Amino acid sequence: MTNESANTYWKSNIKIVLSLMAVWFIISFGCGILLVDVLDNFRFGGFKLGFWIAQQGSIFVFVALIYIYIHQMDKLDAKFNKESSAGEKPASAEEQS
Amino acid sequence: MSVQIWTYGFVFLTFGLYIGIAIWSRAGSTSEFYVAGGGVPPLANGMATAADWMSAASFISMAGLISFLGRDGTFYLMGWTGGYVLLALLLAPYLRKFGKFTVPDFIGDRYYSQSARLIAVFCAIVISFVYVCGQMQGAGIVFSRFLEVDITTGVIIGMAIVFFYAVMGGMKGITYTQVAQYCVLIFAFMVPAIFISIMMTGQPVPQVGFGSELTEAFGGGYLLDRLDGMSESLGFAVYTEGQRSTQDVFFVTAALMFGTAGLPHVIIRFFTVPNVRDARRSAGYALIFIAVLYTTAPAVSAFARTNLINTVSNLEYSAVPEWFSKWETTGLISFEDKNNDGRIQYVGDPEVNELNVNRDIMVLANPEIAGLPNWVVALVAAGALAAALSTAAGLLLVISTSVAHDFLKRSFMPQITERQELLYARLSIFVAVLIAGYFGINPPAYVAQVVAFAFGLAAASFFPAIVLGIFNKKMNKQGAIAGMIAGFSFTAAYIIYFRFINPAADNAESWLFGISPEGIGTMGTLVNLCFAMTFAKFSPEPPAEVQAIVEDIRLPGEAVAR
Repeated sequence: MTNESANTYWKSNIKIVLSLMAVWFIISFGCGILLVDVLDNFRFGGFKLGFWIAQQGSIFVFVALIYIYIHQMDKLDAKFNKESSAGEKPASAEEQS
Repeated sequence: MSVQIWTYGFVFLTFGLYIGIAIWSRAGSTSEFYVAGGGVPPLANGMATAADWMSAASFISMAGLISFLGRDGTFYLMGWTGGYVLLALLLAPYLRKFGKFTVPDFIGDRYYSQSARLIAVFCAIVISFVYVCGQMQGAGIVFSRFLEVDITTGVIIGMAIVFFYAVMGGMKGITYTQVAQYCVLIFAFMVPAIFISIMMTGQPVPQVGFGSELTEAFGGGYLLDRLDGMSESLGFAVYTEGQRSTQDVFFVTAALMFGTAGLPHVIIRFFTVPNVRDARRSAGYALIFIAVLYTTAPAVSAFARTNLINTVSNLEYSAVPEWFSKWETTGLISFEDKNNDGRIQYVGDPEVNELNVNRDIMVLANPEIAGLPNWVVALVAAGALAAALSTAAGLLLVISTSVAHDFLKRSFMPQITERQELLYARLSIFVAVLIAGYFGINPPAYVAQVVAFAFGLAAASFFPAIVLGIFNKKMNKQGAIAGMIAGFSFTAAYIIYFRFINPAADNAESWLFGISPEGIGTMGTLVNLCFAMTFAKFSPEPPAEVQAIVEDIRLPGEAVAR
């Protein structure tokens, strides 16, 4: 692999991680803690919204975030592997075995 | 059949299963002993991680604490699951790519320093010990109540079992026992939750029942509204409203999240999968398996609280059910008839309140309070033991690898053979079991609280050092060492001061910025970061080959050296 493509890979990786972390922060610390009293004014079923996000909703979001990450990284890896094997070195074939 | 006979049956059956697995999966090499040879499929690793992770604290203690804390209990729920997002995104894939056995391995090699390695060994051992004590304590509670032996005997039985399969199988044995233990514990947690949910709300899914209306027999109306109303009229805090300050809840949640991502026994689980891609996958599986219990727990808390108040409030003491008297004999429930009317006044005002219920017993007592069949009650006991033992085994392994691999082999006795290294690893498990047992018999606080301290320490030492090691190529040994020492000592000092030296001052007024000892780990993380950045700025940058390692772990694909 070239230094340049490694660099691009790392930059895309950082971008994915940062955007997912932003959602992670907004849901858990934002909605679950800082804004919980405001959100508690809304209700659905027997739940106050803020209380539900704090005790249940955030956990579902966490699971979703990890799966989005796995999916995005698989896509990025595939793209990266194709680029580096289209280049001069097909030697990285044993990667991801 | 009585609860006790059922319990003996389940406990023998499950213990037999664990021992059978341990014999089947004996470890021959150090690599098998430390990381199961790096050949565990991601699904199995996800289950093992979940069992490793969900300890006596999650199984026994957490739902009970939440049922007394109400909305404030949220920090356990979000903290102990949200940390997996950090683990999956910031640590697991890179550490797997790095491809060594332990966390001190990473710290020592990345920061090219024996001192950094030794500090990491020290932190890993302290953290794991604090954590394992909580597990032994949990196992002791279960034994003393359901097998009706005293807590000391209970702890000794638990120690003997863990010792047997941890010594024999190492990581390989532990991993496959943990897969079995996950199945036992999740079944044991879900069955009573589903039963109670159907009974109280007619909803088979506890997560839905949590927000549903109660059946006629329980008086109708939404469960949470009714719980709020009951709490208020008895002078307790309103269940769905917070009591603690927002900044405290914020800090405790963050400390638990950072701690989750910094706990050595969780991190090493990601060294056991075949490659980077599987490390990501297994973090996903782990969180799904964990989320099953964690989304059920708050529902269990609300059910248990409602049931407890319904059952005991204003009850005539002579008419208390059997479970009540049995827990009384363990000293975990106590009643004092202050106004001599022969009834139980269970209210918020401590002057008038006559009933004390230990938070750790709520999950265990819940099926009995709800009047479920005896086998369900016994099943919960077996599940609690599975949770305590699986975590204890994972922690003991960290202690033994830290001593045998990081301390002896990599630092002081590099010439020892693999056989000798294995022998030392097994010996150190033995010593660790004895110490953990002692603290299990003489515990310093509630299980979940003891465990929360371990998180604070992990958050303040490992989490920043590892993240900086991956994401900041210029971070050097001076920075990392200064950061770990500062973060760890700050956090430890704060906790020791408020819990042991001056417990009288342990209240919101005297806390620093209103942050409780459970939440101080977040501050410790920040202290660590500040020290690390400052020291790194004024000292030489790391050598080229170390920077090359960092470049390398940032890319997927197999590790070069193993």
